[in-house]
Amino acid sequence: MKKMNRVASAVMAVAMAFSLAGCSGGAMSEVSGSSASAETESKTSESGSEQASTPESSGDTIKVGILHSLSGTMAISETSVKDAELLAIKEINEAGGVLGKQLEPVVEDGASDNATFKEKAEKLLLNDKVATVFGCWTSASRKAVLPTFESNNGLLWYPVQYEGMESSPNIFYVGAAPNQQIVPAIEYMSENYGKKVFLLGSDYVFPRTANEIVKKQAEALGMEVVGEEYTPMGHTDYTTIISKIQQAQPDFIFNTLNGDSNVAFFKQYKDAGLTPDQIQTLSVSIAEEEVAGIGASYLEGHLTAWNYYETTDTPENEKFVEAYKAEYGEDRVTDDPIEAGYDAVYLWAKAVEKAGSIDVDKVKEAAGGIEFSAPEGTITIDGDNQHMYKPVRIGKINADGLIDEVWSTDEAVKPDPYLSTYEWASGLSTQ
Amino acid sequence: MELFLMQLFNGISVSSILLLAALGLAITFGLMGVINMAHGEFIMIGAYTAYVVQNFFKKYLPASVFDSYCIVAILLSFLVAGFCGLILEKLIIRKLYGRAADSLLVTWGISLILQQGARSIFGSPNVGVEAPSFLENSLKISGMLALPYKRLFILLIAVICLLGVYALMFKTRQGRNIRAVMQNRNMAASLGVNTSRVDASTFAIGSGLAGLAGCALTWIGAIGPTLGTNYIVDTFMTVVVGGAGSIIGSVFGAGFIGVGETAFEFMTTASMGKVLIFVCVIILLQFRPKGIFAVHTRSLED
Repeated sequence: MKKMNRVASAVMAVAMAFSLAGCSGGAMSEVSGSSASAETESKTSESGSEQASTPESSGDTIKVGILHSLSGTMAISETSVKDAELLAIKEINEAGGVLGKQLEPVVEDGASDNATFKEKAEKLLLNDKVATVFGCWTSASRKAVLPTFESNNGLLWYPVQYEGMESSPNIFYVGAAPNQQIVPAIEYMSENYGKKVFLLGSDYVFPRTANEIVKKQAEALGMEVVGEEYTPMGHTDYTTIISKIQQAQPDFIFNTLNGDSNVAFFKQYKDAGLTPDQIQTLSVSIAEEEVAGIGASYLEGHLTAWNYYETTDTPENEKFVEAYKAEYGEDRVTDDPIEAGYDAVYLWAKAVEKAGSIDVDKVKEAAGGIEFSAPEGTITIDGDNQHMYKPVRIGKINADGLIDEVWSTDEAVKPDPYLSTYEWASGLSTQ
Repeated sequence: MELFLMQLFNGISVSSILLLAALGLAITFGLMGVINMAHGEFIMIGAYTAYVVQNFFKKYLPASVFDSYCIVAILLSFLVAGFCGLILEKLIIRKLYGRAADSLLVTWGISLILQQGARSIFGSPNVGVEAPSFLENSLKISGMLALPYKRLFILLIAVICLLGVYALMFKTRQGRNIRAVMQNRNMAASLGVNTSRVDASTFAIGSGLAGLAGCALTWIGAIGPTLGTNYIVDTFMTVVVGGAGSIIGSVFGAGFIGVGETAFEFMTTASMGKVLIFVCVIILLQFRPKGIFAVHTRSLED
């Protein structure tokens, strides 16, 4: 039994290491990537990562990189963004390509692992010599590849809303800056639901930074933060948190939980007998695709804040949703990051056409002021910080798992990643 | 007071979930000594079985009998996961008895294969399982004190499984054979026990219990390819703290971790609660390296 026991303690040590790092999900699954990436590679085999050293614009094609997690915990979200980017590339190619050349996607799997992201970014920039990269989802993965893009003067189009406080000259941020999602959402909630807010998030960069912003804003709006809780990634039991929420009696919950945790939280929230009528929640990480995995019955009536919903009423969106479903199946849904990934490809193509070259510096220079009639409405690149002017929308999740808009800004909001136009936010960016 | 009772119930509920998830492991790891890192994936198999059963009921049977899917799902998840366990044992595990470190690596590899398999079959996004309608809502005792029926039901399942395992181990011929083989394989074999059959069936039962746990977990958590990884750490901890080899130890292990974690989480934060419970476990294992209920054997193997 002694031997057995030694092994048992070894297991415990390994187990604890996983768990304490807060990445039991990621760590376990990152290795499982190989077969998924093999699948993707075979799908895009013509794009040929084998012929790696060919120069970028040889012949009639321009190579563009796509770098998302196609395996591991983040594959849930990122696979669809990749699909949308490939759809945009296909559409552009069918319409004659860019500068008369066809686009050739090189798809790489970041495997939900930041080191892999960095490695693959290097491969795309140095071996494949791609003209640009569309990719990343988590802020951690973006921060991991940022130095690579800066030192090699690459170009990254980042499709997801994020916590702001960043503007790299080599990244275009197509998702929302905080003032295009979080800040207007808190304003809306404090006007319509009340002044007492409970902050709930997963324990990593985005929720903590977002909540720093919310706390400053709450102070300025005369609101009261009655609770602030962070749970490790992969946390499965929310009963204690729900007890704390019931005790704190907030007017609404600002939810920045990510991934599987949302499923556990909302199921258990409903089990505890809580409804959005009693305590409303506002989530910034739950889009249509996540709704399907959580179950619409648990989420009906809860609020979200984004720039785009599948139900957004524009002619461009009708076309986009139809094309996406025709390509990938009727049961697929579109959502904000998917749409942003799609927009990113078009924005880059427009910038290249305007610059008349795929040279990164020329494209960057040409990009400022470029407009695109996106599914969410007209978005414009802000040349100063390389973020987008975007409309902001608050939506209510309905019984069918789609999100109905309940409020929106009249026009596209100017991006302000450092919140420099808000007096209460002074001091945030230095943190 | 209300809050205290609510938290106490939450603690017991978390314990029952842990126990249910760990019971299978208490058998495969505790009794058989196989460090089965794929245990979490058997939980996942059970969860997906429940999902498939639910879809079948939705599609082919009248809505009035939908609620009874949960009975079918519970049985099938046990059988499907048990069957997968049986195949795994026949193909791989049987070659690894007594090679703990190897079995750790191999089963970890298997867990990755199973995860990717689930991803290929069901896709990487989470899937949803509707709980039967009689499990919606909660038993309201007072304003804040509401006991969700799902959690009471899971508690009930855990107790039934526990009693079932106990009865199997101590009241049946099969159980006696299992205990004999685990205590002294050669002696049991020479007395006419077919050890390889006992191994296979024991492993299948352990895996089946994991599948059953997976079915129950669909009502309260996420169902995705990586479902198992969320529970594997806690289940191992439960078995090790309780004392490998002791079923009753697993009950105490689950109670210790479940109640302890909810209490710490309530007093501090979720992340801190996790850290504190780990600290407690480390301290506990310093003083009781074999867990709360150490199994004393006369074995000379070490």
